[in-house]
Amino acid sequence: MFTAMFGSVEQGIIYAIMALGVYLTFRVLDFPDLTVDGSFVTGAGTAAMMIVLGYNPILATLVATVAGFIAGCMTGILHTKGKINPLLAGILMMIALYSINLRIMGLSSDTGVTRPNIPLLNSETVFSTFGSFWNNLGIDSAITNVLKSMGLASVPTTWGVLILMLVVTTIIKLVVDWFLKTEIGLAIRATGDNKRMIRSFSANTDSLVILGLGISNGMVALSGALIAQYTKFADVGLGIGMIVVGLASVIIGEAIFGTKSIVRVTFAVIAGAIIYRMIYALALRVKWLDSGDMKLITAVIVILALVIPQIVGKYKEKKRKAKRLEERLALQQAKVDIEQGGKSLA
Amino acid sequence: MLKLDGINKVFNEGTPDEKIALDNINLHLAPGDFVTIIGSNGAGKSTMMNMISGALTPDFGSVEINGNDLTRLPEYKRAVHIGRVFQDPMAGTAPTMTIEENLAIAYSRNTKRSLRFGVDKKRREFFKTSLEKLHLNLENRLSAKVGLLSGGERQALSLLMATFTKPAILLLDEHTAALDPSRAELITKLTKELVEESRLTTLMVTHNMQQALDLGNRLIMMDKGQIILEVGEDRKQDLTIPDLMHEFEQIRGEKMNSDRALLG
Repeated sequence: MFTAMFGSVEQGIIYAIMALGVYLTFRVLDFPDLTVDGSFVTGAGTAAMMIVLGYNPILATLVATVAGFIAGCMTGILHTKGKINPLLAGILMMIALYSINLRIMGLSSDTGVTRPNIPLLNSETVFSTFGSFWNNLGIDSAITNVLKSMGLASVPTTWGVLILMLVVTTIIKLVVDWFLKTEIGLAIRATGDNKRMIRSFSANTDSLVILGLGISNGMVALSGALIAQYTKFADVGLGIGMIVVGLASVIIGEAIFGTKSIVRVTFAVIAGAIIYRMIYALALRVKWLDSGDMKLITAVIVILALVIPQIVGKYKEKKRKAKRLEERLALQQAKVDIEQGGKSLA
Repeated sequence: MLKLDGINKVFNEGTPDEKIALDNINLHLAPGDFVTIIGSNGAGKSTMMNMISGALTPDFGSVEINGNDLTRLPEYKRAVHIGRVFQDPMAGTAPTMTIEENLAIAYSRNTKRSLRFGVDKKRREFFKTSLEKLHLNLENRLSAKVGLLSGGERQALSLLMATFTKPAILLLDEHTAALDPSRAELITKLTKELVEESRLTTLMVTHNMQQALDLGNRLIMMDKGQIILEVGEDRKQDLTIPDLMHEFEQIRGEKMNSDRALLG
């Protein structure tokens, strides 16, 4: 149980980068960007392809990020220059990327031009590169000893992945926090808020939308590249429903941790991504559920995350009103009492 | 300063809904001019404003600011020279962003936006002193979200944001029309103060004839896409509402038919 949860936390932190990307488009730019389903695989496929061809995994991950950035920019161009509705622009790019991803992965194939999946079983990844450095530090055995002495039977084999991803994701969060407060960042936020206003302050909303979508999908592709290396497998179907997972993370995080400031929201989104993975892992442990049911479960989680806050809000409102009414009645009663008291005295 | 030359615009050309919105408009503004524009609904006042701001491009004719031809320049590029306040108090500010962030956006109007912080210590001080001019105590609410402000407060903030980089041209499009009378009066007063302080060249559309007479040094009246009356500095001071109505009847040979224009 502990190791299963541990694994979902590790994955959650990697998916959190994707969720931050979805937050940028969905909340900041107010652009429901479905490119994510495609660009996630673009990241995973590009990284896996380059690693199989023998490139350095860090370089492969960076190139994957750039590939995602370009994909996002394309969606932005379709929307701003082609005047295509945001949802449709995203869907068109998503479907185009399906073929492009097959081609990208095909670059590593000896026999054909396309390839639906790439295993990375014995390949060097960012995690194995970092792992060899990490193992020399001897921190794992120290933590394991502490946990064993606390009476835990099964312990995770390494803490390296968790620590590495915590650092990487925290850095990305801080960069996003900083970026959204720069002059360009403020202009992007205003673009999502009030396009007419920001245009009247000499900002080119088209470029800002394209840039925002690029950055967002770059982050999504980075997340995909890391997931492929973490699971040692890239598949063309990896991204199906990824936008919903991203939305679930954003919505769960915001519902639990609030939206007071940007620093708070980016933290909430990361936490939301981890919580989503944990719910997912718990659901998988239910006996009569099959792993094929997971997309349905994802949809249900998002629906619940959207609906429950409304119900809670209504319930609280009702309670507050009832309380106010009670106070009012009590006050009236007190007045009547005082009057009667006065009469009886007289 | 601002020069409109032979501007024409037809909407829905070639359809039964065809409408001549602007018919050969010529208008020259000298630096520091404050021109008020009146006219009934559909006279072409807002269309003319949109021509200047770049939201619409003329079918023919040209728009010049400071001797530069801006006719084909997109809205966002012209906005470097043009400050605007809209009729809708919600239109001029970003509601989910704070007061200081909104001001920071306005502040970088005429510079290239970069990766430096939008709000830093120095700018915050400047924002504070600028907000004090509004006398709405907004200087102590810098980190409040603009969506929480009232319509009047938002419009005052919009006005400050539109003016504080001292644009070459200030466009006010019925910017007090959506406010209650006391708030409208406050915004009118602020408009006067801010425009006079920086000697901004200003165009103001209004439905309120009294406001059109009180503010500015020139007045123009529009009807059916044309400028039908121009009143210069010399005559404007003594002009009254009955004078204006009389002028309209003389020119058009009919009574003014907009109730809003009458009562405003």
